[in-house]
Amino acid sequence: MRFELTRPPHLRPARSVTRVMGEVLLALVPATIAWVWFFGPGILYNMAVATLVAVACEAGALRLRDRALHPHLADLSAVVTAVLLAFCLPPLTPWWITATGAAFAILFAKQLYGGLGYNPFNPAMAGYVVLLISFPEQLTRWPWPQAGLGEITPVALGAWETLRFTLTGALPAGVSWDALSGATPLDDLRTRLSLAATVEQVRAGPLYGLVGGRGWEWIALWTGVGGLYLLWRRVIRWQIPLAVIAGLCLPATLAWLLAPATFPPPTFHLFSGAALLCAFFIATDPVSAATSPAGRLVYGFGIGALIFIIRSWGGYPDGVAFAVLLLNMAVPAIDHFTRPRTYGHAG
Amino acid sequence: MIAAVAVIAGIALLFGLALGFAAVRFRTEGDPVVDRIDALLPQTQCGQCSFAGCRPYAEAIAAGTADINRCPPGGEATIRALADLLERDPKPLDPESGEIKPRTVAVIDEPLCIGCTLCIQACPVDAILGAGKQMHTVIASECTGCELCVAPCPVDCIAMVEEPVTLKTWKWPRPAEPLAAERR
Amino acid sequence: MKQPGLWRFHGGLKLDARTARATGDQIGTIPVPPQLVLPLSQHVGQPAEPIVVPGERVLCGQPIARPSGYVGAKVHASSSGTVVEIANHPVPHPSGLAAPCIVIETDGLDERWTGYEPLSDYAALTGPELRARVRAAGVVGLGGAAFPTAVKLGAGSGLKLLILNGAECEPYICCDELLLRERAAEVLAGAQILLQALAIPRCVIAIENDKPLALEALELAIARAADPRLEVVSVPAVYPEGGERQLIKVLTGEEVPARGLPPDIGYLCHNVGTAAAVARAVLQGEPLISRIVTVTGDGVAGPRNVDVRLGTPISALVQACGGYTGEAAHLLMGGAMMGFPLADDSLPVIKGTNCIVVASREEIRPRAPVMPCIRCGECAEVCPAQLLPQQLYWHARSDDLEPLDDYHLFDCIECGCCDLACPSQIPLTQYFRYAKTELWARQHDRVRSDLARERFEARRDRLEAEQAARKQRLEEKARAADEARGDEQARKAMIDAALERVQARRDAGASGPPGKDE
Ligand code: SF4
Ligand code: SF4
Ligand code: SF4
Ligand code: SF4
Repeated sequence: MRFELTRPPHLRPARSVTRVMGEVLLALVPATIAWVWFFGPGILYNMAVATLVAVACEAGALRLRDRALHPHLADLSAVVTAVLLAFCLPPLTPWWITATGAAFAILFAKQLYGGLGYNPFNPAMAGYVVLLISFPEQLTRWPWPQAGLGEITPVALGAWETLRFTLTGALPAGVSWDALSGATPLDDLRTRLSLAATVEQVRAGPLYGLVGGRGWEWIALWTGVGGLYLLWRRVIRWQIPLAVIAGLCLPATLAWLLAPATFPPPTFHLFSGAALLCAFFIATDPVSAATSPAGRLVYGFGIGALIFIIRSWGGYPDGVAFAVLLLNMAVPAIDHFTRPRTYGHAG
Repeated sequence: MIAAVAVIAGIALLFGLALGFAAVRFRTEGDPVVDRIDALLPQTQCGQCSFAGCRPYAEAIAAGTADINRCPPGGEATIRALADLLERDPKPLDPESGEIKPRTVAVIDEPLCIGCTLCIQACPVDAILGAGKQMHTVIASECTGCELCVAPCPVDCIAMVEEPVTLKTWKWPRPAEPLAAERR
Repeated sequence: MKQPGLWRFHGGLKLDARTARATGDQIGTIPVPPQLVLPLSQHVGQPAEPIVVPGERVLCGQPIARPSGYVGAKVHASSSGTVVEIANHPVPHPSGLAAPCIVIETDGLDERWTGYEPLSDYAALTGPELRARVRAAGVVGLGGAAFPTAVKLGAGSGLKLLILNGAECEPYICCDELLLRERAAEVLAGAQILLQALAIPRCVIAIENDKPLALEALELAIARAADPRLEVVSVPAVYPEGGERQLIKVLTGEEVPARGLPPDIGYLCHNVGTAAAVARAVLQGEPLISRIVTVTGDGVAGPRNVDVRLGTPISALVQACGGYTGEAAHLLMGGAMMGFPLADDSLPVIKGTNCIVVASREEIRPRAPVMPCIRCGECAEVCPAQLLPQQLYWHARSDDLEPLDDYHLFDCIECGCCDLACPSQIPLTQYFRYAKTELWARQHDRVRSDLARERFEARRDRLEAEQAARKQRLEEKARAADEARGDEQARKAMIDAALERVQARRDAGASGPPGKDE
């Protein structure tokens, strides 16, 4: 009797790229819900636009490069890039901005380098940075969080009005940006600190919650829960998240202890802005991260420390995207110097 | 903005320098370049590269008068190794020199051999044993497969045969599964 | 059971053992088949040389081929009959190639050859004598690697610990588990012989903690043997625990140096099945003519372990286990991780055959497209050799093989963990095997080309020397001729001078005062 030859090892593998990416998307669900709760449905529209454009660009680029469509679209990596990009954009973003970011991320930051696995930079962050530089005003206009702001009653757009804004970029008649939006807590803090307020005074304001920005802290919390889920499912390993958090919190704690009036506590850093999103979802993008365990610690710590530096002294309120892109550049060097010791080899 | 670009460029440069430093720091100095080129050539001494043997070809490469893709017995691996050594781009074998063939050894059909010694004179590595008017034979382990002995034989008794693959010489094939990334 | 502090090795995978269905029954036996095919190369090292000729009648256990080098092993007839042919036949090997085999037509009498004497008391034998008996019996490592046992016994002195490897970690394989359950005393006897042969003070038998029955049987046997040198340790079941290097790390915390062997750090590792074979060889004078094979998988009706004569075709083995089910689709030799697929069931069982899996389509890996490496590092997380498979792959894929040595390719034990963990379904292990054999071949070519260069240069020098010598000879001849000519001239000059003088005198005589000279 003759038999068909197969490929060893013969067990069924438990993982696939599609599953890894699918789990990442799943882990983002609680944070998305929190986001909608505090900032309205805008993020959902942004996700839809970004995903559509990202997948279309991916398909187009694969066509041009004469590659098979199915396995690459089914791996969901373009969707993850799109969703992460949407997480960084303000809920009220006109579609063409989102689309530009997604297209840049997929076409320039990913496919031009050879597609999945070959991109040296995190595509979502590359797309975001391009938007931040091209549309600085639109990207820093955040609506007030919609829950429990006390004395000021926020003006909020409903689902339809948000959709209309996303599609046309026009606010409903009689609603002005001033009434609708403010700054993000990180932005607000840095502006007012530069006007000689103390951290304590600033944090007494309505934008701030228990530990971080109002609303933001809950989003961060649910992002962290999603991150723990990924850790539990072994989709990501502990080194990068821990190192990012350590890299951010160690200098933050030190600075806060030395000058509590000008530096917010580390918990504030963690629970405002995209710090935890970065720790669990962005910095852990395998393709552009360092690959050895020790290298990942260095890489994560570098990102965390850079976030702190940019937030404290840099020109942008949140430094996640720049920190990640800078460390992406350092990856070949980090990998070179952190090769693990092989079994049976000294040192 | 400009400051940011400058910082990014600076950091990129720094890491580039670090890698470059590592490359220089751990480089090993070695033999003169002709020797190192010669060490990569298969030493078949067949002359298909249009030189009188591997060493002259190595000298020509070192002098820059010959390209690195002229050695058929060495095949892809040799071209690639030469490209690495000389920091050039590998290129396909020059079809003028010949084509890549599996390695062979010469076998003399001994009853036919008339003992003319012409093949002995042709063999660059003294792989043929025999004396005038005596039957000749090839020492298979020394034969490089250069085929130089085939033409001089007046009775055509030398054949080139492929070396059979045994359990010892068998090589795992390169995985053939097409990458999904490759052509549709 | 003593439970000392155990260490752990890096990476590895917790795998479903899939042994339950084959461990229900006792070890079975099967009838001697009408024809036995015994490859001359069933072990690591040089193929054996036949010492019988076609037409010769052989007895069961009679040596039919002898080792042709130091690293080699004898082959014995596994039943009585007539040698019908010594020729190339397909052998179980990943290459699917044919190799020289001795084919025996059995006569059903199973008549014993009695060349090796049984020996109940080996206490008087020295190490070399014991080793000679092991060598004569053709014993090789039965864990799958088939390295000649006697060669391993010749390595090193002053060893501190003998490790018997009963950590069968690969899915499907359970022949050692059954061996320990049923023949623990034989394993211990083998251990004692090995201890004596190399004067090792202590022996640890490692067994995975998911085999309680085997552990129980072994503890009972140790209690009976009342030998304080023997001890059993239960180790956690993680693949590839049964790898020699990994097991040593787990038991001792030490690492075998790269390119070194366990005796370099004072350990000797043998499979439990090998120990049993050593006991049989020394005590009963029985050469290695059979082994226990696990026959399992969805494609076989009655999965079980069978003690089978070497050279038996796999088809007969499966027949004895109830035959194929309708689901039989793939045939593997070895376990699910390091085993390799076979194309045909007419291949014989050889010394290294520990397991035959007849798999259904559902139980093994489906064909999936290979995706690009996403550098997730999972492969490095699970690699027990602490390599960076993604880097190895990067270079191997672009056929840039030279840097692989630098990334320690040759420390890869080909366990397949990285392959199984890879979300992109990249055939990493095969890339590494390819790269290794390719690099070895290049190394071999380099040796050959160095030899060719040497011979070429020697010939060139010789020709030059011959030429120079010829030239010199010619020159000498010319010079000699010159000299000869020179002499002539000198003589001529002398004569001329003399003539001149005479002439001058004559002239002077004619004009000057005569009588001056007179
Ligand atoms: S073609 Fe290659 S093998 Fe032949 S002489 Fe030239 S370098 Fe040597
Ligand atoms: S025997 Fe013939 S083919 Fe072989 S090396 Fe000599 S000349 Fe070349
Ligand atoms: S597991 Fe596969 S995809 Fe991940 S780094 Fe290793 S080779 Fe690449
Ligand atoms: S096959 Fe080699 S590289 Fe892969 S996990 Fe095993 S030892 Fe590591």
